[in-house]
Amino acid sequence: MTDNEHEIEQPDERVPKRVIGTPPPGTPMLGEAEARDAGDAGGETPGITLQDEKRASGAEKLVALCFLLAFLGGVAFLVSYVVFQVGSPEATGVSNLALGSSLTVAVLGLAVGIVVWVRQIMPKYALVQERHLMVSGEDDREVVADTFVEGANESGFVKRKMMRRTLLLAAAPLGLIPLILLRDLDNTKMKATSFNKLLRHTVWGEKTVEGQPRRLIVEGTGQPIRAADFNSPGGILSIVPEGYEHDLNVLAKATLILIKFRPEELKSGVNKNWTHDGIVAYSKICTHVGCPAALYEQTTHHILCPCHQSTFDAADGAKVIFGPAARPLPQLPITVDNEGFLVAAGDFPVPVGPSYWERGDAEAEARAKGGQA
Amino acid sequence: MSELTTVPKAVGGPSNWLDERLGGANFLKRNLRKVFPDHWSFLLGEIALYSFIILLLTGTFLTFWFKPSMEHVLYDGSYAPLQGVGMSAAYASSLEISFDVRGGLLMRQMHHWAALLFIAGMMVHMLRVFFTGAYRKPREINWIIGILLLTLALAEGLTGYSLPDDLLSGAGARITQGVAISLPLVGTYVSFFLFGGEYPGTDLISRFYALHILLIPGILLALISAHLVLMWVQKHTQMPGKGRANTNVVGAPFYPAFMAKAGAYFLFTLAVVAGLSTFAQINPIWIYGPYTPADISAGSQPDWYMGFLEGSLRIMPAWEINMFGTAHAGTLPLSVIIPALLPLGLVMTGLALYPFLERWITGDHREHHMAERPRNNPHRTSIGMAGISFYGVLWLLGANDEISAFFHINLNWTTYAGRVLVFAAPVLAYIITYRICLGLQRSDAEVVSHGVESGVIKRLPHGEFIEIHTPPAEDIEAHVRGKEPVAMLPMAEDPSGIPHKGMRGPIGKLRARMSKAYGGEKIPLVDGHGHEEEERAAVGPGEEDHTLTR
Amino acid sequence: MTRITAWRRHPLARYAVLILALALVGTAYATFVQVSKPADAALASGKVDDVANGKSLFQAHCASCHGLNAEGTSTGPTLIGVGAASVDFQMSTGRMPASNPGAQVPRKPLPEWVDSDSISDIAAYVQSLGGGPTVPSGDQVDPALGDAAKGGELFRANCIQCHNWAGAGGALTRGKYAPNLNESSPTQIYEAMVTGPQAMPVFNDTTITPEEKRNMIAYIVQVREQTDPGGFALGRIGPVTEGLVAWVVGILALVLAAIWITAKKRQKS
Repeated sequence: MTDNEHEIEQPDERVPKRVIGTPPPGTPMLGEAEARDAGDAGGETPGITLQDEKRASGAEKLVALCFLLAFLGGVAFLVSYVVFQVGSPEATGVSNLALGSSLTVAVLGLAVGIVVWVRQIMPKYALVQERHLMVSGEDDREVVADTFVEGANESGFVKRKMMRRTLLLAAAPLGLIPLILLRDLDNTKMKATSFNKLLRHTVWGEKTVEGQPRRLIVEGTGQPIRAADFNSPGGILSIVPEGYEHDLNVLAKATLILIKFRPEELKSGVNKNWTHDGIVAYSKICTHVGCPAALYEQTTHHILCPCHQSTFDAADGAKVIFGPAARPLPQLPITVDNEGFLVAAGDFPVPVGPSYWERGDAEAEARAKGGQA
Repeated sequence: MSELTTVPKAVGGPSNWLDERLGGANFLKRNLRKVFPDHWSFLLGEIALYSFIILLLTGTFLTFWFKPSMEHVLYDGSYAPLQGVGMSAAYASSLEISFDVRGGLLMRQMHHWAALLFIAGMMVHMLRVFFTGAYRKPREINWIIGILLLTLALAEGLTGYSLPDDLLSGAGARITQGVAISLPLVGTYVSFFLFGGEYPGTDLISRFYALHILLIPGILLALISAHLVLMWVQKHTQMPGKGRANTNVVGAPFYPAFMAKAGAYFLFTLAVVAGLSTFAQINPIWIYGPYTPADISAGSQPDWYMGFLEGSLRIMPAWEINMFGTAHAGTLPLSVIIPALLPLGLVMTGLALYPFLERWITGDHREHHMAERPRNNPHRTSIGMAGISFYGVLWLLGANDEISAFFHINLNWTTYAGRVLVFAAPVLAYIITYRICLGLQRSDAEVVSHGVESGVIKRLPHGEFIEIHTPPAEDIEAHVRGKEPVAMLPMAEDPSGIPHKGMRGPIGKLRARMSKAYGGEKIPLVDGHGHEEEERAAVGPGEEDHTLTR
Repeated sequence: MTRITAWRRHPLARYAVLILALALVGTAYATFVQVSKPADAALASGKVDDVANGKSLFQAHCASCHGLNAEGTSTGPTLIGVGAASVDFQMSTGRMPASNPGAQVPRKPLPEWVDSDSISDIAAYVQSLGGGPTVPSGDQVDPALGDAAKGGELFRANCIQCHNWAGAGGALTRGKYAPNLNESSPTQIYEAMVTGPQAMPVFNDTTITPEEKRNMIAYIVQVREQTDPGGFALGRIGPVTEGLVAWVVGILALVLAAIWITAKKRQKS
């Protein structure tokens, strides 16, 4: 190849024969690693190159060992299934470890064995096949075109307009049938235009079956709560409506976050008529996409929604101070009944939860009606 | 052992039986030795294929115990901290699979890990196809099928994520509902139809179940089959190299070598899925507890492939419009609609249209069967990297609460940074990638025209030291020389100065300008740089030229 | 040098580098998500015996911020009425005395002079100033006496929004965070609920009864001590680390496998 090798061999005393850190003369100038980086490009001998028989029989032993290991793994899986029972986290953990690791060994043994087989026993292939343009021959295309025209004419589909048009007409309603069949997916038996009426209303607006105002129930304990007991400023509770403690459809709209403030902490955004002794109730359902906005920091009075980090100022009517939510959390009017338990004094003035097309500016609407949103 | 001389009876008998009925020998004659080019990146798509097979198998196992019902039950299974707790039958049966069925937890975990790898495999495969230009004619149809597969896989993941009905999956369903109901005009209907009335209703699990185990996998299976048949018919692309051309395929035959490699890769995928399921716990639903719309946990996250949507929802400012004031219509919750639809739409539409846009801009109507090295089409590679960084920023922001909690970074600052980066990072990525591509092209040109540094230093008679270059290995040179200039529209104006047809008018002019920027040879392989000249001068007259261009 | 060059060019070098990178990423990752071992030492309940000693300790170590008589200053709030439980929580977790102000005072190792005696003395002194929640007795916080399933429901309703379903903690606004619960002793958990330290809200005994608090403690302790049946828990923070592992371990392992399957050996001739 080359004149530089030739040059190196020249006895020239001023040129050092070798510089530290360089390969000795005569070694291939290109390292194996570099060659292999682009190695997919070649280094391959065209055709089929058989493996050296001695190396291949060495590889066979390795492959057999892998397959044996896979066999043992498979057997271990069967044994583990019988031996290890499940139940407690501990027992299940042992079973999972035994089954999983034996399966992994079984499969991995096979995989490694096959790769060694392909690489060291099967020949090296560099077969060449022709590619042809995907497009069909001109003649074929002409024949197909002619056949199409001929068939179309023979069928009379082009000529017989009445038949063609009625056929198209007949197909049209058939296409609508699958769509119309889905109409009752909503299970409400309501007109679709009145869906949004449901969204404007929660059970807090209804009296209980006994005709009493609905009590606030502490989520998890199931107990109603006396205002006098909820007396530590900086306290919060998650509240569900009496009578609907486990009704998920109700909870998705009516869950509250109840916060106890020192009276001087409340700012103008809070409707003080709807509070009781520094206790304020907000909808827990975020106005962004409806996650429960429930992270409360008593020092800053921030309510944070963990899903998309909308932040509301609880001391100031839960107005949005950060994040994607566009509206404050609606405040629920609360008071106490004659036994001192906290109850709802009415429904939310505006729809709770995420915005939707028919919502409109409900806050302005509520203000126009004389309330405070 | 001796080798075979004829087909053994055990194979020949049944083959004959089949051939007499199907005539398969003709097909097999042409295809048994079908050649498949070898490159590690050509196997990435197989990750997705094999994950899908694992998903079908493990998923079927799970259906034997799973109850797709939201009926309220009291849990009485083995997991003590939830005994006596009210929950849906779906959640209770998921717990049963985890703790009361032998191998159930392993299968559940394998199903979930395989799902994560399914979509990750699709994405790396898609990136490989994109960056090597393997979507070009005649493979556009397969590219579109791939985009459909990815979209369906996201839907399949979303429906599957919701099925166990634990507190985490319920949060996902809640966000899905919040996004659905925000759609203009139809949002309320979509939400009511999907959930069977008000959220959450009692129908969601059974409906998602039908979609998750029947409809979507059915379509996926059909499209995957079509994807493979097209690949088979059109033959795989190959990397440029010695003896390789647009008119041939060089590689290993399907039988026996490729078959064995593909089989081994399936086993590797299975081993990785099984290994992960043994040693890394995924979706521990028993810790999450049953779903209730009243509760949420810190760090509620979607699976990784939905993370970019989560991130875009998080960094969006609070925009909302009431078009008709207090009228009961016209609310546009832009802070939901834009982040939920725009990034996904941009990425998917951009990907789907890219082959056609590129063809329009370059005017390249030829068939391409050689994979292009990413550096050799610098604009495409830069656009791809810009897309990746756009996706990456949103994805990262989808985890900003965990990032904030574990690295103690102010949560709000991660959001502010994300709002800037989502625009800045793609631009930066574009510029940097473009420069790197040109740099790599330059070094390729150097290798071809100049040789490789040999590490041998020679001192010239007048005292100067030079390093001797040696020509690159043949195969490497062939690989580098496989470069083709990016096609470009014919630019020449005709003698009277009238631009080429199709390049008149504002759109035509834009097209011409883009073609000029996108196409053409940026760094020609030979005589591409003046460096060579200097060195020749350094060698001085009388010296033999030691630079080796061929 | 030659040997290094040769090593660099060895066919296995690139795998080695990849594996090394993987190991580095893995190690770095492990240090971030490591779940610390639960601190088990339940602290001795505060016995009110030496208010005077508590007062002198207070004046030496706490008064600079909280005032000579715990009336509060511009740098520290008043401690009148916060109760012994608050003192015990803040000091036994190392949060007080605080060293530098920030968005949040972190848990840290106790200074030398702080031990159960000095804490109980200061607690007794603060308790004597204006009452407040007292340190719970051992029985009150004994997880063995609680009903974990019932506690779990309360835990999910009141705690996990900040502290995560497994008590792994989470982010709050503007640099604050809900700490990991795994380091907290049952007594500390109880005290935190009653006193509402820093940003944490208060859950007083009249709304969530002591028995219900014990149920929650039982749940927290049971879940944090239980084996993770599916393998390593990945920090128990959900899909974020799972996605990371899918890419960093899963996809990387499969890419390595693909490289191995297709790698070509150069013919040595």
